[in-house]
Amino acid sequence: MNLGQYTGPLCPLPADHATDDQARVQLAHGSGGQLSTVLLDKIIRPAFDNPVLAEQQDGALLNAVNSPLAFTTDSFVVSPLFFPGGDIGKLAVIGTVNDLAMCAAEPWVLSCSLIIEEGLPIPQLQKIVQSMAVAARQLGVTIVTGDTKVVEKGSGDGLFINTSGIGKLTHGTHCKPSHIGKNDVLIVNGDIGRHGVAVLSQRQGLEFEKPICSDCQGLADIVQSLLANDIRPNCMRDLTRGGLAGNLYELSLASGWAMEVDEALIPVADDVAGACELFGIDPIHVACEGRFVVIVDARQADETLRIMSEHPSCPMPQQIGHVSEPLGNRDDTVPLVLRSKIGTRRRLDPIRGEPLPRIC
Amino acid sequence: MWQRFADACELAMRYATEYRDAASVNSFVEAIDKICTQHWVLMEVCGGQTNAIIKYGLDELLPEKIELIHGPGCPVCVTPVKIIDYAIALAQQPHSILCTYADMLQVPGTNSSLAEARSEGAQLHVMYSPLDAIAVAQQNPDSHIVVLAVGFESTAPAHALFLQQARQRKLKNLSVLLSHFRVPPALREILANPENRVQAFLAAGHVCSVMGYREYEPIAQQYQVPIVVTGFEPIDILQGIYHCVKQLEGGQAKVENQYARAVTRKGNSTAQAAIADVFEYSDRQWRGIGGIADSGFKLRNGYKMFEPEFHFPGLLAASQETHGGSLLCTSTSCLSGEIMTGLKKPPECTNFGEACTPEKPLGAPMVTSEGACHTYFRYRQTESNA
Repeated sequence: MNLGQYTGPLCPLPADHATDDQARVQLAHGSGGQLSTVLLDKIIRPAFDNPVLAEQQDGALLNAVNSPLAFTTDSFVVSPLFFPGGDIGKLAVIGTVNDLAMCAAEPWVLSCSLIIEEGLPIPQLQKIVQSMAVAARQLGVTIVTGDTKVVEKGSGDGLFINTSGIGKLTHGTHCKPSHIGKNDVLIVNGDIGRHGVAVLSQRQGLEFEKPICSDCQGLADIVQSLLANDIRPNCMRDLTRGGLAGNLYELSLASGWAMEVDEALIPVADDVAGACELFGIDPIHVACEGRFVVIVDARQADETLRIMSEHPSCPMPQQIGHVSEPLGNRDDTVPLVLRSKIGTRRRLDPIRGEPLPRIC
Repeated sequence: MWQRFADACELAMRYATEYRDAASVNSFVEAIDKICTQHWVLMEVCGGQTNAIIKYGLDELLPEKIELIHGPGCPVCVTPVKIIDYAIALAQQPHSILCTYADMLQVPGTNSSLAEARSEGAQLHVMYSPLDAIAVAQQNPDSHIVVLAVGFESTAPAHALFLQQARQRKLKNLSVLLSHFRVPPALREILANPENRVQAFLAAGHVCSVMGYREYEPIAQQYQVPIVVTGFEPIDILQGIYHCVKQLEGGQAKVENQYARAVTRKGNSTAQAAIADVFEYSDRQWRGIGGIADSGFKLRNGYKMFEPEFHFPGLLAASQETHGGSLLCTSTSCLSGEIMTGLKKPPECTNFGEACTPEKPLGAPMVTSEGACHTYFRYRQTESNA
């Protein structure tokens, strides 16, 4: 047992029990005392190891940059903490990185706040922190500052994570809802609904012969590839909570343009479609964590699809619809219209109520 | 179990693709158009069918001569306000946990909803199956678990099975608030109404998968009305409509079975036996419609220990005294009774999409995905009445 210079009363559990398979997080791990130091020194700092964090300053000291910046934040409360294809840690890094990517930013630095419920097995925490570190390294972002709090048993659900991120807008600030316009088309990078179905199946204890894995993946690289090839999306949106329908609906209202999507063109894998059918949900409302819609001038559509089809993060790039008419011209303009497979048209609304809580 | 789920997914998809095929839809629409010579009024009984009709826009594909009106087959919609009030009162008791389907959370009671009661501290557990409640009861031996069991004949077997298991396990900390309805008495009620316009019914496939369709034969004969047991996919519904129109045009009035892949004339005898073991017929009050004789289920004597009143004596009377035991919607201007008996359509209500939305419903049909108002709001509402 190594307690360094500490000479005070001993905790009933050995202070270096962080390596013990049976060990669980205690309230004292968040108290700012000896156990907090153990948590930070044994688990968190080694995983996120970088010079900025190593300074142990109260905040990260960053150099000034020449480009405009994008800044975003997101909290992650997914239940369960581990699901096929990922865990809350991977999700917390990828989610925030993807939000930066959707602003056309090159992700740069992240913060990470862990709110841990007393009793979380320390090996689980270690695994999650490792996932965060691996995801950050793969996506080229650095976790430069963070915080750890512990709440009493019953006040949380294992672990909540907040990450905030800063990205560099090296290609400018053009990509936003107000730039959506008349000649734009809607392109998605792959089949929708995987993440939500993976989490829901795990939660319900349902398994498949071949498990449905979350589509959780970073999107910054494909976005940077599009930008480097002179594609100038007018807007992009990752299809997280609310799924395709919820996010397009929001973009329609934010941009003032109605949109129309063609059900027959929306990629949905058979296993996801089958599971949704049994769960009684529509894949169009189910969250993804590695899918996004690019809204781009029709003249750049073919080139966008070509670049996407060569990129590993785009399993099924597809043009699914278009921007149709300005909202507000007529009182009865519907923001989002679905052309069904049988040829009828109907409005598509965001999902109502709480059918899929705690999905990310 | 896992393999069966994977198989079920595959089967579900195969059915979905087969029964939503655009070319088949068009050929059925053409076939209906060809045999239809005059205006006919058909009622689809089940809210699931209403949802499919509006979601897929089937009513817009059909010839104008065919009018579809939407029936009362949504158990959430027809559950009286006083049951919601009582459920809230039960959930608010110290050490009680109310298990409910998510659909019921937003349904307005006299003063509040279960969702509002939960935000004020009432203990609720959202269940996917009534069997979940057995685990909740075992995990919370110091609490009393009340199951809000809402449904038609299609959900009655699951509730019966749950009560049989609860009795076998001698669970003492459990009761069930029943809001269970039977379809055939409601059809008679609709047909006996002097204002009735319904000339044929699409009967609810899921209900008939349990009960069979023998009960419908005397109704078809007595009221001279065609009844076609129908499924829930676009092709099912169009096929059901085709058979109804064919009978109407030919002057026939019999029961036909479109949903033969799930329904037999006698139904599911195991499920019926479970229902008969636990429940007996009782008069029941339908929200927005009123009392209908023998239109519901109540617990048989061997299961009376699962009555909430047995565990919370006097609470039902107190709840009714406080709230008046209303049957109707809390808003006097809500047309849900007329909507659920097919006398009006949701957009004819002045509250629709204005004072009444899924977020702030005045009546139950705006709450659940099987409610006619919710279905119209979700798929048809335009910005002018949003």
